[in-house]
Amino acid sequence: MNGAKPFDWRHTPGLSAYTALIFLFFYAPLLILVIYAFNSSRLVTVWAGFSFKWFVAVANNGAIRDAAFNSVVVAVVATIASTAIATAGALALERGRLRFGRGAATALIAMPLVVPEIVVAITTLIFFSGLGMHHGLINLMIAHTVFCIPFALLPIQARLRDMGGTLEEAGRDLYADEWRLFRRVTLPLLVPAISAGAIMAFVVSLDDFLISMMVSSAGSTTLPVYIYGMMRLGVTPEVNAISTILLAVSIVFVAAALLVGRRNRFA
Amino acid sequence: MGEKRTYLLIAPAMLVIGIFMVLPLFLAVGYSFMTANPYGGVTAPATFDAYLQFLYQRDFDDSLVFSPSYALIILRSVYLAIATTGICLVLGLPVAWYIVCQTPERRRILLFAVTLPFWINTLIRTYCWILILRDEGLANGALRHAGIISDPLPLLYNDGSILLGLVYTFLPFMVLPIYSTLERIDPRLIEAAHDLYASRAAVFRRIVWPLARPGALAGATLVFAPALGSFLAPDLLGGGKKLLIGSLIQMQFTSSRNWPFGAALSTVVTVVVLAVFVIRSRRAQEERR
Repeated sequence: MNGAKPFDWRHTPGLSAYTALIFLFFYAPLLILVIYAFNSSRLVTVWAGFSFKWFVAVANNGAIRDAAFNSVVVAVVATIASTAIATAGALALERGRLRFGRGAATALIAMPLVVPEIVVAITTLIFFSGLGMHHGLINLMIAHTVFCIPFALLPIQARLRDMGGTLEEAGRDLYADEWRLFRRVTLPLLVPAISAGAIMAFVVSLDDFLISMMVSSAGSTTLPVYIYGMMRLGVTPEVNAISTILLAVSIVFVAAALLVGRRNRFA
Repeated sequence: MGEKRTYLLIAPAMLVIGIFMVLPLFLAVGYSFMTANPYGGVTAPATFDAYLQFLYQRDFDDSLVFSPSYALIILRSVYLAIATTGICLVLGLPVAWYIVCQTPERRRILLFAVTLPFWINTLIRTYCWILILRDEGLANGALRHAGIISDPLPLLYNDGSILLGLVYTFLPFMVLPIYSTLERIDPRLIEAAHDLYASRAAVFRRIVWPLARPGALAGATLVFAPALGSFLAPDLLGGGKKLLIGSLIQMQFTSSRNWPFGAALSTVVTVVVLAVFVIRSRRAQEERR
């Protein structure tokens, strides 16, 4: 059978073109948004030349600045709190002895990923109003911490599972006590994963819209809630510009998280 | 690590999620059996009215009249969530298979490209489609420019645009779990099948699909659950005129001020979603055996 091409199952005719189309579907709309953000025309759909003026308008908009400040404050607090809680939780799940309750703990921590966001939003609203707690930003920080926990936990847990227990065993053989073992062996090895988890939590908090919309009150508006309000009023070039900024921030942070998480993988 | 220390380490996570997530869920169940306070919140007495409202409306003389409008909203939400799941499966499976067939380096890049949209704000991703679909948008502009149409097509604010938005939002949730099950495929299986004269279609039907099934099942759960309660796609791309459960719940807590009904709706959504997840994990365990 000379000349017959060997069967290559890794190549299905037409599949690469199909996949390219799907990726076009993923990214073309985002690209269109970014292009429109640089359009100098006030009419969103008429191209009138390249311009930064809508970004300048966004920078000079005090309400957007306030909302962005709120978003960052909430995200920083939620990131610190959720990463600390998630690091402890991941250590317990991967290294600890849980005679009972492992399944329950895993299920509980996955809850924020499973329950629909709208339900989380309104149950949180019910909870805070039932308690009579109306501290705008503090309520938001608590709510964001809750749903950021699983996002911070996953990379840390994966890293602990990947590296196995041999390095800790070696430390134990050298008579390190538990605390020293954690400080000198486990924690340094975990730093990239913890940073990756923290960045993920930060992005998730920064991007949250629905929960912030239901829980926030006047004066504690976050950026996505403010942008949503702008969108309801109509399509304007300013919305495109601020959306593009938020888009860029998310991409930069996620890329950073991946790079940090990948480094030291085989340390 | 000692057992005591283990429980001490896991306690903060369980307490925070228990108090601020699970407790509020039970609180919502409680609220759903109360009477609405016209100023928001709930009052006594306890009733089943919120659940009756799914099918009946209370008339002026206090008699119950059958009214299917809410039931229809729920049915449409379920229907759109199922349709989203189906379309995501059909679109996502070949992509997952394509990624599996690449070299490790290219796999990493493609996986990153699939994951990235997940981290981009859903609000912004949904808004992109408004730019494309609205009357003066890109799609109508292009069609008009090409001379195919003279008046803009009503592309926005219908079930089709909602469905498009939902598929766009949740497609990565389908590709990733299918990829992770297919990734472990043993190439020798496929080569053996080919040696036995199996066609490409037969290889797919007899080897690839059975191996992809647990991933597809996981993906279906991950797409269906958030699609059912989604708020942004129906709100922005449906124009707020065509309600789905998500917007209906939100309205009960804002403009309609009927907290018990909103709580009842979210209770039902939560029960459905949790049931889907429990059934899924049972199934997955059985398949592993």
